[in-house]
Amino acid sequence: MDFDLNEDQELLKKTAREFLTAECPSRLVREVEKGTGYSRELWEKMAGLGWVGLPVEEDLGGSGAGFLDMCLLVEEIGRALAPVPFISTALCEYALIDGGSAEQKKRLLPRMASGKLIMTPALNDATLSFHPGAIECGAAKKGGGYVIRGAKLLVPYGAIADAYLVATRTGGAGENGITLFIVDRNHKGISVSPVPTIACDARCHVQMESVEVGRESLLGREGDGWPLLKMLLRRGATLTSAEMIGGAQAVLERTVAYVKDRVQFERPVGSFQAVQHKCANMAGACDGARFVTYQAAWLLSENLPCDREVAIAKAWTSDAYTRVCLDSHQAHGAIGFTKEYDLQLYTRRAKAAELAYGDTRHHSEMLADLMGLGVSKSL
Amino acid sequence: MDLRFSPEEEAFRTELVEFLGAEVPPEMEADYDGLDLSPEQFEFAGAFDRKLAAKGWLCMHWPKEYGGQAASITRQVVFNEEMGYRRVPSRSSMGINIVGPAIMLYGNEEQKKRYLSAIARGDTEFCQGFSEPNSGSDLASLRTKAVEDGDSYIVNGQKIWSSRAHHASYCWLLARTDPEAPKHKGLTTFAVDMKTPGITVRPIVTVLGSTHFCEIFFDNARVPKDALVGEKNRGWYQAMGTLSFERSGIGRVASSRRALDDLIVYVKQTQRNGIPLSQDPIVRQQLAELQTEIEVARLLCYRVAWMQSKGKVPSYESSMARVFGQELSQKVMRVGMKILGLAGQLLHGVPGAPVNGNVTRGFLSTISNTIRSGTSEIQRNIIAQRGLALPRR
Ligand SMILES: Cc1cc2nc3c(=O)[nH]c(=O)nc-3n(C[C@H](O)[C@H](O)[C@H](O)COP(=O)(O)OP(=O)(O)OC[C@H]3O[C@@H](n4cnc5c(N)ncnc54)[C@H](O)[C@@H]3O)c2cc1C
Repeated sequence: MDFDLNEDQELLKKTAREFLTAECPSRLVREVEKGTGYSRELWEKMAGLGWVGLPVEEDLGGSGAGFLDMCLLVEEIGRALAPVPFISTALCEYALIDGGSAEQKKRLLPRMASGKLIMTPALNDATLSFHPGAIECGAAKKGGGYVIRGAKLLVPYGAIADAYLVATRTGGAGENGITLFIVDRNHKGISVSPVPTIACDARCHVQMESVEVGRESLLGREGDGWPLLKMLLRRGATLTSAEMIGGAQAVLERTVAYVKDRVQFERPVGSFQAVQHKCANMAGACDGARFVTYQAAWLLSENLPCDREVAIAKAWTSDAYTRVCLDSHQAHGAIGFTKEYDLQLYTRRAKAAELAYGDTRHHSEMLADLMGLGVSKSL
Repeated sequence: MDLRFSPEEEAFRTELVEFLGAEVPPEMEADYDGLDLSPEQFEFAGAFDRKLAAKGWLCMHWPKEYGGQAASITRQVVFNEEMGYRRVPSRSSMGINIVGPAIMLYGNEEQKKRYLSAIARGDTEFCQGFSEPNSGSDLASLRTKAVEDGDSYIVNGQKIWSSRAHHASYCWLLARTDPEAPKHKGLTTFAVDMKTPGITVRPIVTVLGSTHFCEIFFDNARVPKDALVGEKNRGWYQAMGTLSFERSGIGRVASSRRALDDLIVYVKQTQRNGIPLSQDPIVRQQLAELQTEIEVARLLCYRVAWMQSKGKVPSYESSMARVFGQELSQKVMRVGMKILGLAGQLLHGVPGAPVNGNVTRGFLSTISNTIRSGTSEIQRNIIAQRGLALPRR
């Protein structure tokens, strides 16, 4: 048993921490919130460092790093609240690596690795559920290609992405009949409307009115998209957990620093046991989240069975991050309730991350199934 | 990073599980916390300890020279995890885990000869005489006195909450030998024969109705000087000294996991309102939440063991694993009792009691888990002050 990161991983973490501390101050996060929810400059710099290409093999312009390495980087992104479509693009890169044709890989991956092509998953239909049965958006054969009709909601970075990875239904029900397509944002029939969300993270509704695409847009096989999508959801849940452990740790550190410094009744408030015990709880939430997340990330890296561990990671971390933020607010008193103080930046993102790629309830339900309680009738 | 156990450790796990499967009949399995053993189970525990000793497993973490196998920390994790999961009753843990290692470090040759092989064989039982009526969390304030008198010490005072003192042959006693010194610097450890005249033991009945712990009264008990272990007035530091064996609390987490698995069987077999409980969305959420937290607890324990295996000394990390595991053990029972509903009040041994009344017993026994061996408040103080460096005042 070994919990240690290797030297390269430590170095990656350290480099990312230093880079983001310098390049992504909270000032930038705040500015971006008022605009597109995304910093192109930061994104290009990160791509320049080779980070966007981490999952992609060397021949296609990446560096073929392991999934755990990705999670370590995303942890730092979560810590810095970096407003970049990193998780979104990475998930699409992985989906292409897993299921793309040689032609698609050659056409898309080098551009994605260099940061020039931003792609984001467009998964949620009207019910906003991450279960396969919730996919309604229809795709029908037409000529040599397909025509897609429907709406995808709350698409992360939907307005600034160059392309979408769209989950559609070409027939069947549940896990059967799901088909994935890669569609340009500028494609005829697509309209994008940004929706204000709690984390100001540029989510959009994407309306697709008779979007006609050729066969080269199909990712994987028609009707057989679920294994690819399931893999994407596993990675999405785990990368989001990694983002959350970075954020939660930052909130814990900030809180500890504050309560050591803030004096009331002639002593630091951090010397009061009620405050200390809250901090101890936050530390437990953070450390627990780190290990369940690393466990899931490591299993994914090693291609080992991981459904149970991924569900556990996302179920725990989702609750833990929000809890840590709310405890932090209490420990801060009124200052933490202001917009000017940075804590709110974390709290709002904690909530968004909690909901992304399945919340605690969703993953608990998956877990119940894996625990042998049978598949719930409610799905 | 590699969170797997080694193939050898996994092979050991398989061997152990098979051994426990063959050797521990279900009716000998203890309650989840081992606080409510029947006389038969108590007998069995003694015999089983000796069986484990014969296999070399009872004190596998001890050095070879003292009859152990110098087993790695991770191998101990496997052992403690499976023993906890199977709820194997044991009587020798005080000797094996606390007294033996202290004697190895601080005892003289004569003491090592006298105690270590007897403990290793499962032949001698120790109780721990640390807590007193007025000294619990603030243990160093204890007042039981040991005063030098010729070739002996005369001990006067009262100990309380000593687990199984009424069965023990020896008491691992912490007593004050220098009343003038600062409170941590006047304490000394002794291995005291329980048959010493002047010692009276009075069992105390627990919430469960079981006889588990005792008061020990010392009334001019004359203890020979060779009962003193280590250095006089260094007892506090010896008692708190770093112990190089697995102490993450994984056994308790495994016991919680067992309780969850018992509940899973129950909800699959039980219909309520025309559907199996396993299809009740609330029950599913509750059990999944427990599963998630058990995994968190397990990894927090593994972290402690991993640190130890790398030669690092865990401090707040073990408090974190403990407090999490302690509180989780209570939560498992709270949730379990809610799921059992009205039938949850049926006691262990009553025909028709769900999960054999074990959850009901566990609901009561786990109350003590956040109290014994360091209350959760004390553990949180340690996390905050040592782990996060928050000021004491
Ligand atoms: C089942 C069981 C078995 C036991 N076995 C043994 C044994 O074999 N040998 C032995 O010596 N002892 C044994 N004990 C005793 C155990 O070690 C003590 O109960 C424990 O140390 C707490 O002491 P106390 O019960 O006196 O509680 P107290 O210390 O009086 O605590 C009462 C409450 O005050 C809180 N408190 C105390 N100090 C602080 C502080 N600084 N900050 C915040 N809160 C605080 C505690 O957390 C607790 O909630 C056993 C106890 C139990 C329940």
